[in-house]
Amino acid sequence: MKVLYFAWLRERVGHGEENVSPPEEVRTIADLARWLATLSAGHAHAFENPAVVRAALDHRHAKPDAAIAGVREVAFFPPMTGG
Amino acid sequence: MRAFDVRVQADPFDIADEIAAMSGTGDVGAVVSFTGYCRADKSETGIDGALAALVLEHYPGMAEAEMERLMDEARTRWPLLGARIIHRHGRIVPGEQIVLVVTSSAHRDAAFAAASFLMDWLKTNAPFWKKEERAGGGDWVAAKDSDTDAALRWTKG
Repeated sequence: MKVLYFAWLRERVGHGEENVSPPEEVRTIADLARWLATLSAGHAHAFENPAVVRAALDHRHAKPDAAIAGVREVAFFPPMTGG
Repeated sequence: MRAFDVRVQADPFDIADEIAAMSGTGDVGAVVSFTGYCRADKSETGIDGALAALVLEHYPGMAEAEMERLMDEARTRWPLLGARIIHRHGRIVPGEQIVLVVTSSAHRDAAFAAASFLMDWLKTNAPFWKKEERAGGGDWVAAKDSDTDAALRWTKG
């Protein structure tokens, strides 16, 4: 599964993209965020406050309890500030 | 040029050309446009020094998809004849354009309302992030509650 990071999450993790193979018990976006946070100090810093992290599954906004089964691309990012 | 179109680009856009592309057919009675510019006046990150630039990061693929979805939603709410959303990415200095929304309809009420809706939802739903560049350093702009409130006023029910 491809995971993308944007804005300060990308800076904290140290890269914008990675391929990961989470264990079977990682079923939702919230599970995945908790698991990713264990990968490095940078990941832990990026996910230290899950309340300010948003996510998308295959280019669509998704809630923390959304299932990630069958998803090709998961993205994590802060609240949007465009426009 | 398509009547309904979204674009994400690094280059500036020509406002007159975009407006002209929406009119000139006999059925259009109203064209409304909004242009957002990079503003230098105050720090939103607490870092001192004049704003040198905003650096706009986006999520390629999802940005366009989300803008298309916003446009589709606008078309279900108002009788639009055309609409255009253009959002720039990359380094943008004060005074330069960031975003353009143009809507056309037979009457002005629908064109005004749809343009306002598209801008409000764009700010909270389209995956773009602004980073300020200042003499004292740089930091990411935080999302504003007022923008979320502006988007929520369009929520049905």
